[in-house]
Amino acid sequence: MDMILDVQQAGFRYDLRRMIFSDISFSIAEEEVLCILGPNGIGKSTLIRCLANLNPLCAGSIRLHDRDIRSLNHRDVAKIVGYVPQAHEIVFPFPVREFVLMGRAPHLELFSSPGREDYAKADEAIDLVGIHKIADKPVNEISGGEYQLAMIARALAQEPEVLLLDEPTSHLDFGNQIRVLEIIDRLARDGLSVIMSSHFPDHAFLTSNNVAIMQHGSFMAYGLAEDVVTEENLKETYGVDVSITYSRDVERHVCVPHKSGQCRCRDPQHPECMTAPGVLLQAAR
Amino acid sequence: MTALPSLRSGTVARITRTTAQIREIVVTPFIVTILVYCLLPLLFFISLFIGRYDVVPSHVILLLAAPIVNLLPADIVHIYPVWSAAEENVIWQIRLPRVIAAVLVGAGLSVAGAAYQGLFKNPLVSPDILGVASGAGFGAALAILLSWNMAMIQVSAFCFGILAVTITYMLSRFYRTTPTLILVLSGIIVGAFFTALISLTKYVADPYEKLPAITFWLMGSLAAVRYSDIVMVVPLFLLATVAILLIRWRINLLAVGDDEARALGIDTKRMAQVIILCSTLITASAVCIAGIVGWVGLVVPHLGRMLVGPDYTKLLPACLLLGACYMLIIDDLARMLTNAEIPLGILTAIIGAPFFAYLLSRRSVGWI
Repeated sequence: MDMILDVQQAGFRYDLRRMIFSDISFSIAEEEVLCILGPNGIGKSTLIRCLANLNPLCAGSIRLHDRDIRSLNHRDVAKIVGYVPQAHEIVFPFPVREFVLMGRAPHLELFSSPGREDYAKADEAIDLVGIHKIADKPVNEISGGEYQLAMIARALAQEPEVLLLDEPTSHLDFGNQIRVLEIIDRLARDGLSVIMSSHFPDHAFLTSNNVAIMQHGSFMAYGLAEDVVTEENLKETYGVDVSITYSRDVERHVCVPHKSGQCRCRDPQHPECMTAPGVLLQAAR
Repeated sequence: MTALPSLRSGTVARITRTTAQIREIVVTPFIVTILVYCLLPLLFFISLFIGRYDVVPSHVILLLAAPIVNLLPADIVHIYPVWSAAEENVIWQIRLPRVIAAVLVGAGLSVAGAAYQGLFKNPLVSPDILGVASGAGFGAALAILLSWNMAMIQVSAFCFGILAVTITYMLSRFYRTTPTLILVLSGIIVGAFFTALISLTKYVADPYEKLPAITFWLMGSLAAVRYSDIVMVVPLFLLATVAILLIRWRINLLAVGDDEARALGIDTKRMAQVIILCSTLITASAVCIAGIVGWVGLVVPHLGRMLVGPDYTKLLPACLLLGACYMLIIDDLARMLTNAEIPLGILTAIIGAPFFAYLLSRRSVGWI
């Protein structure tokens, strides 16, 4: 099967002292969704920036349709890869439509401005994520959820084959998180490949086929969501106790954190569990 | 049955929205376009009538019409000189070059300011943020101190303006961190350095002759502009302005964010270089014919943004026209208000600062 994006032994560092990540290999095919989990500051965003050709790798290679990313210019990469960064403030009050229209840049010549066809593509992308009601509002006056959707629409106007999303659900309320994930899921079913980073293991069950857990500068686990998002892996990654159970109500696996001190591991080597109120109570009995 | 009313109200809402949209999208820019396109020729024409030397208004019209009308065969229509030689001299040799210079300086500074505001993602940036004005000011002050002639003063101002920005740019390359922030900081460093050099030049200058000359030059004026000055700066000036206008849609992407622009396939470093080069050429040209004229490059882009929105495809042409109009008005006031000429730099700030405060109080600028 033709891989759209293929990463081999990728490594990156900002300076000589510290490697951000190394020896990361994975590939993504059509309609595939890869969710990258991992603690804060582990390099998820840096990895996604490397995939978007914003940071050059120090080791290994990234290949788009079997061509090395270093042999392509920014414009060619932008026709294949759409990048949705984390939300940041925008100073100038561009209307949402103009903002989405910027996604047409890789398809336009240096001196040209977007034409009728580009406006149509932008409107299509706006409809796809369902923000046509706010299309004329300034982008710095809409809510965080709407802004995230506007950025996704801009990446869609780019007509990419792979969508890279850097924590698309951070800063969003519960409802908007689910809405954004649903849209990502729908886009993937329509043929787009998606790579996203997330802080919520549960999101992996909601949208992804594949999950990678990033820890200690590399992928600690990589594979199907059910195989990777396990109680042991999450304990090791985040240092908290969770239960992974199959819920018949929603017909999928769910990831539920324990209330602190109610760990079920009962491991005598694990001082937090031994001093937890529940355990003490049991001991008293 | 229940679906019908909601559908109807939906349709009504849609229609009202569309009318509002039409009004917003079509009518406002239409009025603005008419206003701006008519205002500039009108102001240009009016400015030729204004000045301390009284020229009979009908003579002004005849004087201006004569060269064109007299191209026609003399037996059909011919304008015979009813004006005095002094009048002809005032209109053709003093007022016309002055008005052309005002248009160039105002338009150029506004376009450069707007482009910089996009590049630095900051609406408070003006064209001299990278030190071009201080550099040019020092160049002129030095030339006056060394008793060079007028042309050499202009050349010196231009070269030192370019030099200052070059130093700023090299300095920012040297630090190699967050590019735009370090550029602004380097600009402040270089600006402060050249401002100190200006002070030094003033300090050592002869206080009866050269010090006033330096001071007046630094305050800016269009009184002494001749055709030769305009011819000297026009080629570079037009080239730089056209270059910025050609890439104007892409400045939108820079204004949103460097990373995003790069992810959308824009070579942001090259774009920044082009914008800095063009803006510097424009500003240095403006400074060398008009002296230091502040505030125009800061205020006019805001005015433009209020009228046509932040999209650079519309904003830059609007800035071009509005800047020219603004400068014409300022220069007319400089000539009219008192018997003596008021230096331009003083007027642009005295009028520009309260005007800017008023613009911000309208709250429609969109970023406060």
